[in-house]
Amino acid sequence: MHLHAESARCSGCRACQLACSLHLFGENNPKKSALAIVPHFPDPGTFEVRVCTQCGACADACPTGAILQNEHGAYYINAGECTGCLTCVEACPEQVIFTHADREAPFMCDACGDCIAVCGMDVLSLR
Amino acid sequence: MYGYGGSILRVNLTSGEIRREPLPQDLARDYLGARGFGAYLLYREVPPGAAPRGPENRLYISAGPLSGLLVAGAGKCDITTKSPLTGGYAGASVGGLLSAELKYAGIDVIAIEGRAPRPTYLYIDDDRVELRDATAYWGKGSLTTEKALKEALGESFQIATIGPAGESGVAYACISHDFGRQAGRGGVGAVMGAKNLKAVAVRGTRSIPVAQLERYRELARAMYAACKAAPGLEAWQKYGTAGVTTWANEIGAFPTRNFRSGFFEDHSNLSGETMRSTIVVTDKACFGCPSPCGKYSFVRKYGVRVEGPEYETTALIGGNCALSDIEDVAYANHVCDELGLDTISAGNAVAFAIECYEHGIISKADTGGLELRFGDVDVVCALLRQIAAREGLGAVLGLGVRHAAATFGRGSEAFAMQVKGMEMSGYESRHAPSMLLSYMTCDVGAHHNRSWAITYDITRGRDAVTPDKAAKVIELQHIRPLFDCLGACRLQWVELGLDLGHYAPIVEAITGLPRTWDDLLTISERVWNLTRLYWFREVPGFGRAWDAPPPRTYLEPVETGPTAGKRISREDAERLLDMYYEQRGWDHDGRPTPAKLAQLGLAAL
Repeated sequence: MHLHAESARCSGCRACQLACSLHLFGENNPKKSALAIVPHFPDPGTFEVRVCTQCGACADACPTGAILQNEHGAYYINAGECTGCLTCVEACPEQVIFTHADREAPFMCDACGDCIAVCGMDVLSLR
Repeated sequence: MYGYGGSILRVNLTSGEIRREPLPQDLARDYLGARGFGAYLLYREVPPGAAPRGPENRLYISAGPLSGLLVAGAGKCDITTKSPLTGGYAGASVGGLLSAELKYAGIDVIAIEGRAPRPTYLYIDDDRVELRDATAYWGKGSLTTEKALKEALGESFQIATIGPAGESGVAYACISHDFGRQAGRGGVGAVMGAKNLKAVAVRGTRSIPVAQLERYRELARAMYAACKAAPGLEAWQKYGTAGVTTWANEIGAFPTRNFRSGFFEDHSNLSGETMRSTIVVTDKACFGCPSPCGKYSFVRKYGVRVEGPEYETTALIGGNCALSDIEDVAYANHVCDELGLDTISAGNAVAFAIECYEHGIISKADTGGLELRFGDVDVVCALLRQIAAREGLGAVLGLGVRHAAATFGRGSEAFAMQVKGMEMSGYESRHAPSMLLSYMTCDVGAHHNRSWAITYDITRGRDAVTPDKAAKVIELQHIRPLFDCLGACRLQWVELGLDLGHYAPIVEAITGLPRTWDDLLTISERVWNLTRLYWFREVPGFGRAWDAPPPRTYLEPVETGPTAGKRISREDAERLLDMYYEQRGWDHDGRPTPAKLAQLGLAAL
């Protein structure tokens, strides 16, 4: 099960990012979300949505084995085992493992689906 | 403070001093946020009689308690100042991502005073706040500047900037943001230009604390679910405000050829359907919005991109200048956006000049040899460029149609479509008394956003000049500007029919302050009366005469279309004002009575 995004439908509102940070940390902060909205303006005028495909490259790269799979099969970073080396951030082909100054460990999508419910444009789905 | 950024950032451009103050709790309690903060601070801090373009005037850029939170449409930012267009209160609303970013940087209000010695931009990266040299950007267009600043600072910075019109002091220069969103009305961009402030760049990485986290999340989910289930969602997402164009023509409300008519014979060329099928490439939302009205377009004929045109631009640049090709309207929109011109006032100014030319009030000697005529995109764009540069005819037109009519004279005052010095937005209202009253009494001048009452005229009966019409205008003037205090968009309510019952609980869950809907409306009424007091304080002789409609509305019947032959009598306009003042608790001259001020906690003012 992984998140899928249809970028062409995205209007760039970032409600998904807020829902994400609320799920991950109980905080209102798009900079603590695990999906990226990349605007390409003024030219060509499109939004690119980048989401975790659950490919597992991060888990393969992690030197301490801190990246595990939850009951839905989605990867997550066990902060207790994470040394903050950021090897996973480098390894992620989608660039969707994120860091924030508040947190030692990076964070990533756990395929919870909270973002889907607040997207008015039906960009996101779990597959 | 729950739900707020928690500080006022004070920037003195003259001295270079920058400091943060905690947001006063009683300010949040009594004025809520955004528009409320701006109106209060303007009244208290800007000295009476301050010149709008002088260093004593201040510019307040404010977020509201909902800005940046998980609330449908929580992306509105208020910009308040003393208006160079009207000489009174200016509060302009802009969408996009600006107010959210301010909150993430821990800021509710940026209060800007003084005048920088050289072109400057304000740089905010959380706690790091600097005034930086903007010489390299001065003279550049708004879109160009935003792109350049994002390239220099990073995509995650949100930019508010002025274009050449703001630099040259056009009285209706706007402040632009997010490649096509504008704080459009009242000349807020000219105030920024007079302060030598080219742009504000902000990035914030903090979280906004809320009082009741789980209740808030639950209410937020319900709000988004209700929007997504709304029957009107699909059409609104498809066409945005452009969907109004066809309807406005059907009811004879589409300003055409300087408001001579309410029907444009070529309107189908400008409709939302035409626009969607020919130029729109991307739907573009403000922060947290499930129903984006922003339509980003590629205009093949000119090879340019533009957000829009939205309805107001199509009305004032399209119908009002009689442009009958959506690509021409979109191109003129792009020209306005790059120059930093409010399309509503600019469309009025151009149409006014063309009508003056048709009547022989001005000639080629005034226009630099340009033959002015309706329906010619080259004429429109040539005038827009003259206006932004304040050159030729633009020197006069750039100060607004009231000023231009006073300069040209010879009866042109009758068709200068303005109230309080602000040009009228996109609803021809001679057969819509409550809409006309909305324009007459709006607290920035002839703008529709405080009260969009034309649907009430249609359901209630368009000829009726009755007290309920004044009551409806007052009701809307409290509800709609309340959204501008909250830092959220009203269009989920207006266009999707989102129940207003969603708002007070989520405000309460976010801020932790007990609030009912009536409490919130009382704040909105307080702000409305405060802005009225500001007009009385700042404009010598201010009173009833400033609420008069443009003479065309009562002197001349509508020329063509569904409302052909209709006009409102001057007596009926005065009766509407009588009803309105009485219901508001204002005296015959439109001044709030001591009893009303005491009721709203404004007696000390």
